[in-house]
Amino acid sequence: MTTLLEVEALTIGFGKADPVVHDVSFSVEQGQTMALVGESGSGKTLTCRSVLRILPEAAQVRNGSVTFFGEKGPINLIEASEKRLRGIRGDRISMIFQEPMRSLSPLHRLGDQVSEVLHLHRNMGRSEAKRLVLEQFEKVGFVDPERSWRSYPFEMSGGMRQRAMIAMAMVAKPELLIADEPTTALDVTTQAQVLGLINRLQKETGMAVILVTHDLGVVANMAEHVVVMNKGRVMEAGRAADVLSAPAHGYTAKLFAAAPLIPEVAKPARALPHDDLILDLTNVTKTFTMRAGGWRKPVEVIACRDVNLKLQRGKTLAVVGESGSGKTTCARVALGSEKPDPGGEVLFRSEPDVPPVRVHNMTPGQRRKFQREAQMVFQDPYSSLSPRMRVISAMTEPMEIHQIGSKAERRDKAAEMLRWVGLDPDMLRRYPHAFSGGQRQRLSIARALTLDPKLLICDEPTSALDVSVQDQILTLLEDIRERAGLSYLFISHDLAVVARIADEVAVMRAGVIVEQAPPDTLFYNPQHPYTKALIAAQPEPDISRPIDLELVSKGAGAPTTWPEMFRFNGGEAPALRELEPGHMVRCHA
Amino acid sequence: MSIQPDNRFVDPEPWSDETDISAPERSDMDAPGWLLTWRKFSRHKLALISGIFLLTCYLILPIAGFIAPYTPNERSADYLYAPPQSINLWHEGSFVGPYVYPITAKADLEQFRWTYTTDTSTPALLEYFCKGEEYRLFGLIPSDTHLFCAPEGATVFLWGSDRLGRDVFSRILYGAQLSLTVGLIGITVSFLLGITFGALAGYFGGKTDWIVNRVIEILRSLPELPLWLALSAAVPSNWGPVAVFFIISIILGILDWPGLARAVRSKFLSLREEEFVKAAEMMGAKPGRVIRRHLLPNFMSHLIASATLSIPAMILGETALSFLGLGLRAPAVSWGVMLNDAQNLASIEIYWWTAIPMLPIIVVVLAFNFLGDGLRASLDPYKS
Repeated sequence: MTTLLEVEALTIGFGKADPVVHDVSFSVEQGQTMALVGESGSGKTLTCRSVLRILPEAAQVRNGSVTFFGEKGPINLIEASEKRLRGIRGDRISMIFQEPMRSLSPLHRLGDQVSEVLHLHRNMGRSEAKRLVLEQFEKVGFVDPERSWRSYPFEMSGGMRQRAMIAMAMVAKPELLIADEPTTALDVTTQAQVLGLINRLQKETGMAVILVTHDLGVVANMAEHVVVMNKGRVMEAGRAADVLSAPAHGYTAKLFAAAPLIPEVAKPARALPHDDLILDLTNVTKTFTMRAGGWRKPVEVIACRDVNLKLQRGKTLAVVGESGSGKTTCARVALGSEKPDPGGEVLFRSEPDVPPVRVHNMTPGQRRKFQREAQMVFQDPYSSLSPRMRVISAMTEPMEIHQIGSKAERRDKAAEMLRWVGLDPDMLRRYPHAFSGGQRQRLSIARALTLDPKLLICDEPTSALDVSVQDQILTLLEDIRERAGLSYLFISHDLAVVARIADEVAVMRAGVIVEQAPPDTLFYNPQHPYTKALIAAQPEPDISRPIDLELVSKGAGAPTTWPEMFRFNGGEAPALRELEPGHMVRCHA
Repeated sequence: MSIQPDNRFVDPEPWSDETDISAPERSDMDAPGWLLTWRKFSRHKLALISGIFLLTCYLILPIAGFIAPYTPNERSADYLYAPPQSINLWHEGSFVGPYVYPITAKADLEQFRWTYTTDTSTPALLEYFCKGEEYRLFGLIPSDTHLFCAPEGATVFLWGSDRLGRDVFSRILYGAQLSLTVGLIGITVSFLLGITFGALAGYFGGKTDWIVNRVIEILRSLPELPLWLALSAAVPSNWGPVAVFFIISIILGILDWPGLARAVRSKFLSLREEEFVKAAEMMGAKPGRVIRRHLLPNFMSHLIASATLSIPAMILGETALSFLGLGLRAPAVSWGVMLNDAQNLASIEIYWWTAIPMLPIIVVVLAFNFLGDGLRASLDPYKS
């Protein structure tokens, strides 16, 4: 095999500070997929961007070389003239970005955007370019290429846009494709399909791929060669099979240990008792009315339909689903910030022996009590703490609002809660923006705990965090549940995360619960095609267990494409039936 | 580093998983917001210089009378339209200290203008801390000591004198007192109105938002200059200069708030979506508390920057009004009032120094713009 790209002793820094990428070397062989793995701040994105020299303005390449051995002979990409580089960008080396929502221009039709590459590099006529682009659209899996040619990016879902990006990157038949976290922003089933697509196209065209990712599962499914980076340095590099089967460096091993897994289950779990419910959602349906503008009739959108969720005291109930499945609406209804349609009811019972309160019909006194007993942990640790408040004011604010304790008592409580979440009470004087995402997530958990809640609603608390930090936060949540006697309503899109923490899982799709069971039962005997697809789509850091794309595509489509037994269309969903004790599936009898 | 023959590379440096989870990740960010803003702001040299300049200007205002050699309406009847005089240090090769040459006026009856002859033989040394006309320090304490003035028999018109023989330099200093503060009073009015209405619209949304927005649109659709004219024409002409001054600045403020209210509203809308605001609401915080504790502190810096950028508009507004003779009126002194004297093209052509009050206007407006720009750039210290 011949080398296509050689990166040698690359060092990149900002200003006078220490380099953020330090002495990085690797090479990419022709037709090979190389994965650049690392957590945020590892320098992986800077490294791959330096190949096309699209670094941020303040970044300087201090040392090293990047040599591209393309068809036209070797060229040093760090020193090449801007003109020469323009000839290479998009033609010989192309790139896919992380955010499909932002990497396509909203003002141009897809066809025009994709064919621009051909106009620039191939000097091609319009009809010839169109023929090639349509061909490429078909290859990336657009059902109606002619229609896609005419459509604007905003008409398409995230997965479809990412396909269009791939078509754009591939249409000039580059020798090297750089994919910078191409699937991080996508749902797990879409991710599986997009990864499968990149894999297939690579086999067909024989190009090389640099795949930047933080997910070892993705690596195992895609790459032949792995470079693990941490804090700007290469920790370990080698063949994927070797590195993944026997990680030699401590950091790689740590990443491995932290990667969430769907466990192999030997037998189903017993049904969970539902005799002491802390939270009980019955028949919750939520319809949003959207103004269609001007003269037309308002459009009704059903966010979730006929949801029944029972949360046993001291347990964790997880709601899993992709974006738009209605899981967040359920959480908002449960917290009382959205009112369900008539007929739905949410009951909250703070103690086993007190009468339940109806969350949407509370007296002011009951409301204050409820606001104290039900707390929420948010998704984005960077926006959940006010940057202008010291940690101490953020931590004591809930108690101040509810007028609990004196100033000194509040302070003591805040310090105690910091200790609970594993932080030093010295942090009280500091400001939240000095801390990392994981630390801030700990802070917001600590803040939620200051009111001694009974119920914690976690809205994707780990999805913005690095894998190793996610692992720590999940452990923390587990510890705290025992220690403070909490019950969790856990919202997530990641079945593997849920597998670890939940006692019962409800899988949602298109606004309804399609399957509900304890996780062990679910993994032992998944019934619904969508659940099967979710499980199959989970990338695992094990080369011997690749993603089963067929299973994914069977379940991930629209509900109308499911097998007869599960199929439904719009409002006509089949009922949720109990297959075995504690295992409910939405299917026709 | 190099990749080993077996194609496997492992970093040889020792690595340990021990991380202190309480240690701040970015200790450089471990400071209150204003300090971070200052650090970023102080890197904008132009803005910093402008800020210092403006600060000096405002500090001088209360002691303008002390620095000015003359009082604003002190007439030197023998020196009408005297040209600017320079202060020199050296006389015939020897150092004598700061002095001026005395000048004498002569009426040129052919061209009907004053011509001045400079007597370069006898330098008149400037005097310091000398007695002159009486003025009030800080507007309260009567005093007659001036920092410098011309000796007996000479004059010191640094930027010339005007139609009535008043010192332009001294008048600019006195004029600054009104011209620079009109912006501050105007901006306070505009701030109060803008924050109140913007916050109401942004936080409560719905009907309130709709009404506030329509009011803003109506106010914005009014042609500005005629409206100013109409409003200031409505000020009774028998009112004293100070009363007129207040009314003018309040008028300027009333017309300026819609822009600010819009900025506040949009900032509110985006901040409302932040999770820390939702968190506070979910804990049971009342709207007043959410606005005061969470929203206001987070966009105060934006407000300060936009205020800094709208002060120049106020200053220019006052100047324009007074220039047209509808704002402040003599005997009040402001830059606009002074420029009113320079309306006549012929007089500018002959006595160009009567247009000098434009200079401080340009400099101050530019300085405010630079300062505002620097502030805006350093507003968000959390992103580096």
